[in-house]
Amino acid sequence: MALTKEQIAQRIAKEVQDGYYVNLGIGIPTLVANFVRNDINVEFQSENGILGMGPFPFEGEEDPDLINAGKQTITALPGASFFDSATSFAMIRGQHVDLTILGAMEVTQNGDIANWKIPGKMVKGMGGAMDLVASAENIIVAMMHTNKAGASKLLKECSLPLTGVHCVKKVVTNLAVLTIENGSFKLLERAPGVSVEEIQMATEGDLIVEGTIPEMQF
Amino acid sequence: MITKTVANVEAACLGVKDHMTFMLGGFGLSGIPENCIAQLVHLNVQGVTCISNNAGVDNFGLGMLLQKHQIKKMISSYVGENAEFERQMLSGELEVELIPQGTLAQRCRAAQSGIPAFYTPAGYGTEVAEGKEAREFNGKMHIMEHAFKADFAFIKAWKGDTAGNLIFKGTARNFNPNMCGAATITVAEVEELVPAGDLDPNHIHIPGIFVQRIFQGSTYEKRIENLTVRKRA
Repeated sequence: MALTKEQIAQRIAKEVQDGYYVNLGIGIPTLVANFVRNDINVEFQSENGILGMGPFPFEGEEDPDLINAGKQTITALPGASFFDSATSFAMIRGQHVDLTILGAMEVTQNGDIANWKIPGKMVKGMGGAMDLVASAENIIVAMMHTNKAGASKLLKECSLPLTGVHCVKKVVTNLAVLTIENGSFKLLERAPGVSVEEIQMATEGDLIVEGTIPEMQF
Repeated sequence: MITKTVANVEAACLGVKDHMTFMLGGFGLSGIPENCIAQLVHLNVQGVTCISNNAGVDNFGLGMLLQKHQIKKMISSYVGENAEFERQMLSGELEVELIPQGTLAQRCRAAQSGIPAFYTPAGYGTEVAEGKEAREFNGKMHIMEHAFKADFAFIKAWKGDTAGNLIFKGTARNFNPNMCGAATITVAEVEELVPAGDLDPNHIHIPGIFVQRIFQGSTYEKRIENLTVRKRA
């Protein structure tokens, strides 16, 4: 069975380690916060200017001066801090953030990523994504393996305008966990019940399969 | 003592003209200069360029200037919440320069601090890099970005004093401090204006030297764009 969006987030949460500062993008990445083990200490950064982001507020306690990068009302945890946008991107560009998790429309076997524009159809803007992918050492992309029409989103080359080049190292999809190494996707794990052949069929880019590929553990 | 106080939003926006370039603070609808935006709509200035991370929503924030077709060009990083914006952009009525959010912040910061240009890795290898100088530092490619030039910066703070010192609240801070002193005239609107001396100098986020005009906004709607709450257990 292909994973749900929640299960993708749950699998990615296993990559989050004690002491990490983590930036979560909009969409599936936001869900990762719900699955991080509670016996480790992690701080979430939102690029609009908070470190130590907490859960959504209780009804009636929402504050218009306290939102995340998705413009959702949030709370601040003990030890949180607020800062301006230039300082926020100093954290990001200066590689002080340990892990960046973001969504994508397309990724390639070279680590290129496209996630901000569909020419003539959808132009929302890149927000902080270009700064994040250009600077982060440790980027995980959370995405569906194929689009609604069934076409692969793991490609040899992006068809959409790029967000960054040679930057993605790990991809977690509804079908698989993959790394990007030496210009190829490398299959690490399968979603439970999904075969290597199904993953190969859904991957347009070059896919390296070495030995027996285990199923994901949650 | 140097006093930066002006009586009201009318005095604060004196000298605003057609075809000028404005910086406007805020992220989404959080920390936007509501009173100044309302005055720009009222003054009906035309053909302006706006530097702001977002463009408001259809009927609030900068979206109000868009609806009246007062904006010639927007320089932003993300415009996803505004259908009218997307329509004007795709139809070619509105000129749009989309730039990475960190680059937007740093171009403000550079203008504020007398740095004409800088290098950043953000956007290298993408259409953002087109026509820009690219250069390698420490084995990594960067592109050169320039400081903004603007006529007015309209910013919103939580508290301010008559000397123009500012304190921000929560994530309403965002681009506001970076835009102070980044334009020829910086106009700060605050929720609470107090006499100089009332704010603890240790708690000032932006010193008054970066602000030319300060006033207390008459009303703040502080609309929430995306209300998310959790149920009590």
